[in-house]
Amino acid sequence: MMNAIRERKQLQIFGLMLPGAFWLIVFFALPLLVIFVISFMARDDLGSPIPPYSLDNYQQALDGLYLNLFVFSLWISLLTTIITLLLSFPVALYISRSPKRWRNTLIFMVMIPFWTNFLVRTYALEFMVRANGPINVVLLSLGLIKEPLSMLSTPAAVLVGLVYGELPFMILPLYASLEKFDWAMFEAAQDLGANMWRAFLRVMLPMTMPGVLAGSILVFVPSVGSYITVELMGGGKINMIGRVIASQFGVASNWPFGSAISLLLMIVVTIAALIYFRVGRGERMAL
Amino acid sequence: MSNTTIVVMGDHAEFAPPPRERPSLRVGHVSLVGITLFTFAFLYVPIIVLIIFSFNSARTGAVWQGFTLSWYQRLLNNEALLSAAGRSLIIGLLSTAGSVIIGTMTALAMEREHFRGKTIWDGLLYMPVIIPEIVSGVSLLLFFAAGGIERGLFTLVVSHIAFSMPFVYLTVRARLADFDRSIEEAAQDLGADEARTFWLITLPLLMPGIVSGALLAFTLSIDDFIISFFVTGKGWNTLPIYIWSQLKQGVTPEINAISAILLLFSVSIIVMSLLLQRRQH
Repeated sequence: MMNAIRERKQLQIFGLMLPGAFWLIVFFALPLLVIFVISFMARDDLGSPIPPYSLDNYQQALDGLYLNLFVFSLWISLLTTIITLLLSFPVALYISRSPKRWRNTLIFMVMIPFWTNFLVRTYALEFMVRANGPINVVLLSLGLIKEPLSMLSTPAAVLVGLVYGELPFMILPLYASLEKFDWAMFEAAQDLGANMWRAFLRVMLPMTMPGVLAGSILVFVPSVGSYITVELMGGGKINMIGRVIASQFGVASNWPFGSAISLLLMIVVTIAALIYFRVGRGERMAL
Repeated sequence: MSNTTIVVMGDHAEFAPPPRERPSLRVGHVSLVGITLFTFAFLYVPIIVLIIFSFNSARTGAVWQGFTLSWYQRLLNNEALLSAAGRSLIIGLLSTAGSVIIGTMTALAMEREHFRGKTIWDGLLYMPVIIPEIVSGVSLLLFFAAGGIERGLFTLVVSHIAFSMPFVYLTVRARLADFDRSIEEAAQDLGADEARTFWLITLPLLMPGIVSGALLAFTLSIDDFIISFFVTGKGWNTLPIYIWSQLKQGVTPEINAISAILLLFSVSIIVMSLLLQRRQH
């Protein structure tokens, strides 16, 4: 009898997990396995993978040019993460300390960009700063400039674009952590003689770390592999690793090499994620 | 959300004046207000300007030449755009249905049951958060190519389920974690069998979480560009892919109008999901 019940339970768990497990294995794990295999292959004239197997693609990927692009992408993404964190923490703090009615309105205002099409938002920013865009039109008509400013096609433009795109993904997890923060702790630290900054660094920051980590991952990962922002804000002149990958499956047409770079990108991102989690001492993500 | 634990500094000071004046993180602190204002302006000015210019009669550039609705009228006659929007809608509905069913089932197993390998699945379900979209996109492309699967509706829907299902799972699981199981026990004490308890008690109580997850899945599907770009096939361009191709060709006033409509769409989705959350409490 007991065995029959246990067997039924096991069957039930199996049935519940089956579709999700199937999807994760077939549409995440297997495709990664496919690019893993293809990354060791050569290409034919059309760019499709053919044997023999070698480490050539990886050698080429770790060559000066592409290695520099990797470093550049990581650097821009790190800056994006830091800047969004520096802007978002005060915003999340302000929202969490506002009166309830006002707080709901502010959260609603963060959610609108959060749920809005990323492509449309990035285009809105690009539209603002392009040569014949509103900013230049206004500055020209005020006589402040003689020639339109060229604000696109620089690393800074890409950085601003990434910060713009990723801000809501940092504010919301930070707010979720700050909303639960017990201010009595902060005051206790001050009563015990800590100044404001010390109380912030030693009490508030550690206690809101899950939100900081969740937000940082949600910002850093899409930034490293970003394509839309680089393409629109970089005006075809700035290259990052996501754009290199896309071009290997488009104009450059070299699927094996594209696969090798994709895998390297995934390894880099996974290492970054593991570091974040290690720093957070295994705290659960506050999604 | 427990709002009772939050003491607003201003009120607090009235009840118990601090023994000495000390600098504190007040709501009114000038740098907090300043950075918050700046960030909201940064987020909103481009969106608002874009909407304003969707009513501008000038064909190119950002010089205001008078109010017009002609860009919106043009959208209604734009066959390519309307069919792309229709395709996005079909893909969105199908993939949402799939990811809601699969995500809910997975959440039920992961939150309530204990079984071997559970921690591994816990990690795997975070994969879409950790894997950059572009890597998912190209790996799915090569996977379908290697399997000789023709790209189109099928590949789009299964791929969209793959990246949105984990978000439904997380949303439903969060709701399950707060679930009061004594209600289920009461139902069973009163003679309901397991299936009846599930359909009449568990599922209705989970519904707000499931619907929030569905709205998220639908939005993710409708908005997706990168993965769709790689797994789409001939004749299956979605709305974001259409917008992208128009942007590359430099067609602006119509794109401004589409953007304004999409923005209105996101606002209505958020209002729906907030109304749902209100009903939850």
